[in-house]
Amino acid sequence: MWILLQIELFKIFRRPRTYISFAAIASMILIIQLGLKFDGKSYLQLLMSGISDSFYVPYELILNGYLVAFVILNTLLIHVPLLVALVAGDMVAGEANMGTLRLLVTRPVSRTRLMLAKFTASVIYTVMLLVWMAFLALLLSMLFFGTNDMIIARNDVMEQIGRNDILWRYFAAFGYAAVALSTVAALAFLLSVFAENSIGPIVSTISIVIVLTILSEMKIPLYDNTVKPYLFTSHMLAWKGFFYSKASGDGQAIPGSVENLPAILRSLAVLLSYIALFVTTAIVVFRKKDILS
Amino acid sequence: MTSSIIRVTHLSKSFGDIRAVDDLSFSVNQGCVYGFLGQNGAGKSTTIRMLLTLVEPTDGDIEIFGMNLRSHRRDILRRVGAVIERPDLYKYLSGYENLSLFARMSGMKVSRRRIMDQLQQVGLADRADSRVKTYSLGMKQRLGIAIALVNDPDLVILDEPSNGLDPQGIADIRNLILELSRNQQKTVLVSSHLLSEIELIASDILIVDRGKKIMEGPVGELFDPSRMVVEIQAVFPEKARQVMVSSDWKDRLQKQRGDTFIFELGREEIPVFNRYLAQQGVDVLAIRPRHSLEDYFLSLTSANQHVDTFTN
Repeated sequence: MWILLQIELFKIFRRPRTYISFAAIASMILIIQLGLKFDGKSYLQLLMSGISDSFYVPYELILNGYLVAFVILNTLLIHVPLLVALVAGDMVAGEANMGTLRLLVTRPVSRTRLMLAKFTASVIYTVMLLVWMAFLALLLSMLFFGTNDMIIARNDVMEQIGRNDILWRYFAAFGYAAVALSTVAALAFLLSVFAENSIGPIVSTISIVIVLTILSEMKIPLYDNTVKPYLFTSHMLAWKGFFYSKASGDGQAIPGSVENLPAILRSLAVLLSYIALFVTTAIVVFRKKDILS
Repeated sequence: MTSSIIRVTHLSKSFGDIRAVDDLSFSVNQGCVYGFLGQNGAGKSTTIRMLLTLVEPTDGDIEIFGMNLRSHRRDILRRVGAVIERPDLYKYLSGYENLSLFARMSGMKVSRRRIMDQLQQVGLADRADSRVKTYSLGMKQRLGIAIALVNDPDLVILDEPSNGLDPQGIADIRNLILELSRNQQKTVLVSSHLLSEIELIASDILIVDRGKKIMEGPVGELFDPSRMVVEIQAVFPEKARQVMVSSDWKDRLQKQRGDTFIFELGREEIPVFNRYLAQQGVDVLAIRPRHSLEDYFLSLTSANQHVDTFTN
């Protein structure tokens, strides 16, 4: 299994197009950082226009590395599924298209192990993409903008998190995002089993994610309890919950606390269930599949 | 007594309503080069894919090395090497990387020397580090064969290995197959629609048509070398026909295509018949022997009907 995984990773990281995702993330993050470096105050004024009428807002203190990283994650984590689908959707269908799938399947390895190695390689790619994003979004922002308490606006409430209480929340958020994006990878991987070229599964995955995200975001009461809780897209952005602290009696954020940890864990369980469902289905289908490519 | 390396029993495969392989049974003996003949769509590739577990049979059993393929898949594949149709490889990797990757998948301990030796055997050592996308079709085919042989298999399965190759490439593949069989005692199953190629290398052949077995056996026993099929081309076909159908050889006339008559004759009968035609005033333009196995093949398969329909 370890050898199969090494081989799959080798194939992923020897393809030039793999690095397009890393380059895309780097360029997007640098563009956001550059914009906020030179015109961050205007951006914050726009963001806090409702609050700044009632309160004095110290923009120069608010605009620090932690907040910039939060802004970047909010912006990027919606689009990263596309980059994940590019690789995961290619894992089986791309091999079928190249004609190498029949070479792989005639080797003395079980189809189940082959599939598990391929999916694990997709997850490792996803995690590496997130580590790259974390490095650029968090570490570079901390370097360029400095560190301070993080103030985030949520509905009509401004929440202040102490500077020593932030980093673990980012690690937790990135960990959660890895699971969320692995769910997308699992969906693309499943669709990849049915196709003979990678365009189909990639486009299908993105289409499904877009449609379900729209459904998850729609404010229609009928869907709130009947449909939304069962869509994996409804749980993909639950990482934000790690930045919402419990409040003390005087309205102060309690360090080390998370406002609704059970809800985050429930969402995590939903995502993990979807991963298990998608990957198991992919393996069952692939084990019975006639390789005609 | 020779033992069977492959034993296929009542093998069938359907794709929807299409019966690609229909109740096929055959066996391949150890150390032989087994030719698998049939037209395109006859069921050769589907059968080979079933032998390699790429396609699940609808019915029937496959035993390789005396083991059931379903229950001993990995044990069997460890001892099998195969090239299936086109030599599709990872184009963005080098020849060395491709070979190394598949060697590792086969459970081999990979050293650079071993991989280079293998590439040397197929004449690709000097291009080992070039990306496969820069290879010619012949080079890719040779690399595909190196991949098939990297685990030192006892059974080599080659599906249309000469497809798309130039005459030199075809000759190279032929020599390699003979080398594998004669000097390395490997059993080779090779499918092709190039009958002349199979005739040159195979000791046994199986002919399939529309998924069914038409004939199986040693090449030497499938046709009588003393009986030849000859084409006799006449200047005036009408007159020639009258003479031929009134001769003692009239029952040997198989068919007529324009000015050409196809006869099955004994080797010693040919000059006698030629002399008779000359005596009867039939001007013979040419007498050509037809490829015996090819004729045999065409007479057995539906291609015969196609040829007749076309010429008529």
